[in-house]
Amino acid sequence: MAWPEKNLPTTDASEKQSLGEGIFRLCGGCSVTMPAEELDANWGVCPSCSHHHLIPAAAWQQLFCDDGALDEWAADLRPQDPLKFSDGTPYTDRVKRAQKKSGLPEAIQIGGAKLHGRPIAYGSFVFQFMGGSMGSVVGEKITRLFERALADKLPVVLLQASGGARMQEGILSLMQMAKSVAALERLRAQKIPFISCLLHPTTGGVAASFAFLGDVNIAEHGALIGFAGPRVIENTIRQKLPAGFQRAEFLLDHGMVDMVCSRLEMKDTIGQLLDHLCSGSDAG
Amino acid sequence: MPVVLPFEKPIVELLDRVRDLRELAQTDSSVQAELELLEQQTAEVARELLSQLTPIQKVQLSRHAARPYTMDYVNRLCTDWVELKGDRRFAEDEAIVSGVAKYHGQSVVIVGHQKGRGTKENLLRNFGMPHPEGYRKASRMFELADKFRLPVLTFIDTPGAYPGIGAEERGQSEAIGSSIAAMARAKVPIIATIIGEGGSGGALALGVANRVFVLEFGCYSVISPEGCAAILWKDGSLAPEAATQLKITAPDLLRLGIVDSVIPEPPGGAHQDADLAAAQLDEVLSQSLAELSLLDGDALADQRYNRFRALGTFES
Ligand SMILES: [Zn+2]
Repeated sequence: MAWPEKNLPTTDASEKQSLGEGIFRLCGGCSVTMPAEELDANWGVCPSCSHHHLIPAAAWQQLFCDDGALDEWAADLRPQDPLKFSDGTPYTDRVKRAQKKSGLPEAIQIGGAKLHGRPIAYGSFVFQFMGGSMGSVVGEKITRLFERALADKLPVVLLQASGGARMQEGILSLMQMAKSVAALERLRAQKIPFISCLLHPTTGGVAASFAFLGDVNIAEHGALIGFAGPRVIENTIRQKLPAGFQRAEFLLDHGMVDMVCSRLEMKDTIGQLLDHLCSGSDAG
Repeated sequence: MPVVLPFEKPIVELLDRVRDLRELAQTDSSVQAELELLEQQTAEVARELLSQLTPIQKVQLSRHAARPYTMDYVNRLCTDWVELKGDRRFAEDEAIVSGVAKYHGQSVVIVGHQKGRGTKENLLRNFGMPHPEGYRKASRMFELADKFRLPVLTFIDTPGAYPGIGAEERGQSEAIGSSIAAMARAKVPIIATIIGEGGSGGALALGVANRVFVLEFGCYSVISPEGCAAILWKDGSLAPEAATQLKITAPDLLRLGIVDSVIPEPPGGAHQDADLAAAQLDEVLSQSLAELSLLDGDALADQRYNRFRALGTFES
């Protein structure tokens, strides 16, 4: 029950409906049309209704890291095809397509950065790369993120946007959940903060491993977050799901996240949190 | 009661004849030689037939309604069983059983998925699909084992964690993640055995162990073949192809390094002779537990860490 759902957006709704060479964008929330650069300048947040549109990993990096600077770690890792998987199109071809589409080698970037001047270990899923799904490379990089953070005593800020484990790497993808959580446990034992940001969408094997194990869990405004995809649940219980089910506000109501945050306020909030969490008497 | 899958029919017929002859042999010693020959032939036919099964047929066998479940093994392998219930948060979840027992004279903690026999018990057990409460109970057991320095034996047999409204409301994701974390932390020996179906994260939540074994006709998968086919081709009837692509049978799991060994099943599968299946499992479990008991707590946690740390394949 951990895989990228077909009903999750792979491209932004507003892109599909762009008018005339993508110069204008249609808001997925309020249907207001606006110049593309106006939406981009506001990090994909609609100025009229605050609807959060998907933005690429590069934009998140600009938004979160001081000066947009990331000293990338393990950037050379590339996926293999351990199962020789094909659904008609070989997995290796799907990877090539995803690399072309996203301009990145895999579905996550990790590295060292600064947040309000404080050194952090930073990770960001790339949803545009096969729905941010977690195969061996993603699992390995998250594990290295936690291990490096432990070695360098850096707080971890991880932005998740993922449909779950990557089907095409089969059972090896499932094992990434255990591997990464084990590394996180070592970090937790040394009392180094882990701020988990659950962006749209965070489901399946990523949700059911490290995503909810943050010292603080922050859900992005309007994000879809859950274990099973909505369609899987509907097919199981044979009834329609209530409005707002598995949305960020639903998780807040059920005590699963500390707060729901606008994308625009997230960095400042994390800066404040790290100030608090790193100021205890034992903190180095 | 016994459900017979189409491809099992020749084996079941032979096994029925063996049983009849065995009964006769009790009063008529002249059939003893014939019995032994038939037993041998049956084992050969069963091995031959089952070795030719397709991946989806092995999946069907792993889900066989007559297959021994967790408590069938616990009852055969352990004494002094005391079941422990509840997650201390919300409810008891009967899709997972847990407790303490003696195994070869040593106290151990047992945690396993538990399917039901028949409709009534299956509703109670939710077909072995736990809610968050089941995983929170499991986490509690791993912590209890760690606290009192008791080894843990887990038994994996689930289609997956239950996908429902209540499960989401009460944090299925967090419950599974926390169970994985509790297993990763524990400084005691943990041995996991996939006795039937190993369905996704709901299976892995009991699977972070120092040694992981699978029974000959057990399966372990990131997603069910039906679910995979529904996503890839929008057609659940293509599950056989998905089962083949996903590499989920015991030999695949061994080759990929997911399990440490494959435990042979009796002729025709574990459901044809639960006593023998338990005896064969016992051999492997008791030996592994003896090996692991030589390690101290830190070494056990490190071994488990390194075991999972090595899983995955990539270029660098
Ligand atoms: Zn809007």
